Amino acid sequence: MKPAPKPAEFYQRDRLWQPPAHAPNYKTSVPRSPRQALLSLQGSMSEITGPVFGHDDIAPLDNDLLKNYAKTGDPVGERIIVHGRVLDENGRPVPKTLVEIWQANAGGRYRHKKDSYLAPIDPNFGGCGRTLTDENGFYYFRTVKPGAYPWRNWVNNWRPAHIHVSVFGTAFAQRLITQMYFEGDPLIARCPIVQTIPDPKAIEQLIAPLDMNAAIPLDSLAYKFDIVLRGRRSTLFENRLEGN
Amino acid sequence: MPQPLNYLKETPSQTAGPYVHIGLAPGAAGFQIFERELGWDIAGPDAPGERIRVEGVVLDGTGAPVKDVMLEVWQADANGIYPHPEDPRAAEVAKGFRGWGRVITDFETGVWGFDTIKPGAVTGRNGRIMSPHLNLWIVARGINIGLNTRMYFEDEDNAADPVMNLIEQAHRRETLLARKVAPGQYRFDICLQGDGETVFMDI
Ligand SMILES: [Fe+2]
Repeated sequence: MKPAPKPAEFYQRDRLWQPPAHAPNYKTSVPRSPRQALLSLQGSMSEITGPVFGHDDIAPLDNDLLKNYAKTGDPVGERIIVHGRVLDENGRPVPKTLVEIWQANAGGRYRHKKDSYLAPIDPNFGGCGRTLTDENGFYYFRTVKPGAYPWRNWVNNWRPAHIHVSVFGTAFAQRLITQMYFEGDPLIARCPIVQTIPDPKAIEQLIAPLDMNAAIPLDSLAYKFDIVLRGRRSTLFENRLEGN
Repeated sequence: MPQPLNYLKETPSQTAGPYVHIGLAPGAAGFQIFERELGWDIAGPDAPGERIRVEGVVLDGTGAPVKDVMLEVWQADANGIYPHPEDPRAAEVAKGFRGWGRVITDFETGVWGFDTIKPGAVTGRNGRIMSPHLNLWIVARGINIGLNTRMYFEDEDNAADPVMNLIEQAHRRETLLARKVAPGQYRFDICLQGDGETVFMDI
């Protein structure tokens, strides 16, 4: 077996920017958070590689939530386009990467056998979509704006309207799941899940602004949501990078 | 003021929540929407190697199984090759080998399981050989940022593995070992907190 080339690592994850595992106001995190320190690993072949997806994996309507589960017509709700780019911390686009989303319907109800909220299921709305970014890192979805919904934490907690987003990047070290919120929602500041993120500037990074330039007249509003994955070191001084 | 560095910041993580299945495994949420769900076939039918099944549960800090967890697996083929352009031997990867899988737990018991092939050893940093392992990523309601760990095999020689040797408390290395319960069958329980807490990694 010939030796592998020197790996070019990703920048270390900023753990002061990311939410801590243990965030007591989000109660479920209390029993589900490790208490021992994480073991910090320098990148090896196992971390700098990751799954590759192609157009064979998805179907053309997968990014159109208005149509991908429609039975008798379009779903009820405010029609929106969610669009943006997947970039890395160096500002470079991440092309051909898989972006998956899931969300509640306009009334705040999920199509899930474990969701028993009293708002009704929409027969024409599944609530999930997926797409690949293009060569410049752009992606878009068409959907309805999800409703806020109550959840059990304190007795009267409500999630702000949000869309769950999953992104891969090119390496297992870049794998990320997050949530997108909507500009101007007063529930954002009151949400214990949002507030697991300690830095207000970091929270702003999850709030999509209304983007009237991308709205379609007489059809859909639009929100812009850029996603940043970890960036990668350039191998300027290879001999220093292979140290223990 | 010095010049600005102009790096962007990584998007903050948020929990996958209890309804992760809608987006990533809609069949389990109770509906069919996509022609093909992703992540159920890790190795493909033709890849050579020992066919194995891995099962386990994820336990919370009280010892209860976590029933709404999703795990993703990333692994090399039986020759230690990742199906990714940066693996220098990627052209020789086993035909149809995907290397990536996604599983959820049984909603009643919390048991998860997947079928794959046993990976080969992978060359790590500085040419040091890493013992056969699966890379795992765990998300769930209550997990604010995905947890990374590795699963090694108790029936392999792990003594020289560079990652195992980074774990300062030697007894904690055992938390990364899958037990062989029958030929081709492994058990790997993951403990999020408390006695026997699994070693998680910042990769
Ligand atoms: Fe949600």
